[in-house]
Amino acid sequence: MKQMRPVLDVKGLTMDFGGLRAIDEVDLQIRQGEIVALIGPNGAGKTTFFNCITGIYEPTGGMIIIHPMAGESQKLTGLKPNQITSKGLARTFQNIRLFQNMTVLENVMVARHCRTKSGILGSILKGKRTRKEEKEMVSFSYDLLKRFHLEKQVNDLAKELPYGAQRRLEIARAMATEPFLLLLDEPAAGMNPRETRELDRLISRIRDEDGISILLIEHDMRLVMSISDRVYVMDYGELIASGTPEEVSSDPSVIKAYLGESGEEENA
Amino acid sequence: MLVRREFRKSVAVSLWFMFLTFPIMVIRINTMENTIEWRWMNMAYIGAATFFLSFLWRYGMERNAPVKNDTTDSWQERIGRTFRETPRVYYTFLAGIAIVSVIFPLIFSAYQTSIMTTALMYVSLGLGLNIVVGLAGLLDLGYVAFYAVGAYAYALLNHHFGLGFWFVLPLSGLLAACFGILLGFPVLRLRGDYLAIVTLGFGEIIRLILENWNSFSYGPSGISGISRPGFFGMDLNIHQSMIYMYYITLVLVIFTIFVVSRLRNSRIGRAWIALREDEIACQAMGIDKTTTKLTAFALGATWAGMVGCIFAAKTTFINPASFTFMESAIILSIVVLGGMGSIVGVILGAFILILLPEYLRAFSEFRMLIFGASMVLVMVFRPQGLISRVKQHYEFHAEETPSGVPR
Repeated sequence: MKQMRPVLDVKGLTMDFGGLRAIDEVDLQIRQGEIVALIGPNGAGKTTFFNCITGIYEPTGGMIIIHPMAGESQKLTGLKPNQITSKGLARTFQNIRLFQNMTVLENVMVARHCRTKSGILGSILKGKRTRKEEKEMVSFSYDLLKRFHLEKQVNDLAKELPYGAQRRLEIARAMATEPFLLLLDEPAAGMNPRETRELDRLISRIRDEDGISILLIEHDMRLVMSISDRVYVMDYGELIASGTPEEVSSDPSVIKAYLGESGEEENA
Repeated sequence: MLVRREFRKSVAVSLWFMFLTFPIMVIRINTMENTIEWRWMNMAYIGAATFFLSFLWRYGMERNAPVKNDTTDSWQERIGRTFRETPRVYYTFLAGIAIVSVIFPLIFSAYQTSIMTTALMYVSLGLGLNIVVGLAGLLDLGYVAFYAVGAYAYALLNHHFGLGFWFVLPLSGLLAACFGILLGFPVLRLRGDYLAIVTLGFGEIIRLILENWNSFSYGPSGISGISRPGFFGMDLNIHQSMIYMYYITLVLVIFTIFVVSRLRNSRIGRAWIALREDEIACQAMGIDKTTTKLTAFALGATWAGMVGCIFAAKTTFINPASFTFMESAIILSIVVLGGMGSIVGVILGAFILILLPEYLRAFSEFRMLIFGASMVLVMVFRPQGLISRVKQHYEFHAEETPSGVPR
């Protein structure tokens, strides 16, 4: 696993909002088939980092380079979110962003958009090719939902699903874009311990069965320590530590960022 | 306890109304005799009526409230399900509508036919705007601009070059679509209120241009003598051409329903709905926001353009006064009242909003009052519109190829 080639290279990524530097020259690398966690206290810039990679924000400095399994390396900086998704990066959101008033199946079918191509005229005339594509889209989505144990709710509206199922659906939707790198923003937020354990298995399965690399932001330390191969720690927009979960958890600077300076507390 | 509270509220409402209507309902100044008449009985009537209505209102609200968390279906859903699950009922109903709509102009007077043609035109307009507002969720308050573009396209091309209706009909749709894209570009970044304001402005700009550019559009006096559509070279008298117009509009409506329903359950339609639901997630799922928005604007405008062309041919005279903001508001009301995103809802909305004022002409003074009150009532009791969007339902059986069944 150590010798795997990288799929994502982030070099000196910087993001300024006016005078505020939200991300300060962060370097990060993800190798193929790796689960990497990005942790840090609230407001450390983790979600901003995600938004920069996925094109929602345009970073003010630095480089993001992808190395897809097929095809040559490409620069992601400056591309629109949908272009980045079609290049093979998919994400979920910290506060669930499903298409609430669409059915579970439709949610996943929407994500097939960038992998299908029937146009306006095709949709109106509904020729052979469109019908075939539509059929494939439905069965692909259904199979995917089956893997996420959502097949009984295909016709329910997304907003009618219980919380844990919504989280799963969001991951399923991201998977429908056929990514090689999945970015999960706090997938375990608001989950109970049992759901978190299920999620743990689910994420490992995605990596093992599909060979997809995963970058996740997470606050649940048990989840982070159990599934990630490597951990990056951010604080105040800067990368303060990186390494295996064991290395990171014993790093004094990480402990300081999370618990504060021990001396400070005594003085207070 | 509850009754007492409601009672107190109703008393307060009736007192408030008695106070509000006091100047107009109670005091009457007789200018001939220079006396003031105090009609206290009127006040009593108003008090009693508002008290009664307020109670009725509260009763309605009370009944409406628990429905939301109740899982049992409302009567609308039951009717809907009957239609969807028993094809025989559905097809009989459809055949009934088809027969009525075909023989309508043959059994009713020219006046009725003309009203019905107008209603059908608004069905098409509503369905067109439904793409933009109902599906893509882009609040467009200047939809009438595209309607005007279509109407003036036919009027001017006919006036200057003598081009025929059938040639211009697709052309006006195309031209309106171009204008849709023209409007779409600057508003790509806008959402919600901001978008509404810009589209409102766009609608006004088109109207003002038509009103003031005399050499181009003949200003407020408009263009008259627009030729009616030809029917294989035959000369039709006014009554016949009115019937002909009715059928043309009917065909356009059927065509619109066909296209819109196909689009809605397609890759493009789902992209529109996703855009409405969550713009950021939509982009993150690989949908190009720009093209999706532009296609919504363009396709929505196409229908307005074609209906505009029909409008010009029907009335044979157009001027900018037909394309005021009021028109946009009515078309938007059709979509909102009928139910955003629902085709049946929009059709129903168009019939209610266009036919109601026509048939209420008998009560001419109270026409707009009843119209407004019924809109308020619908919005209070059915905020999602008369008919809400039906979900695309998919049946899956184990190890079988799935099939999509709209229900």
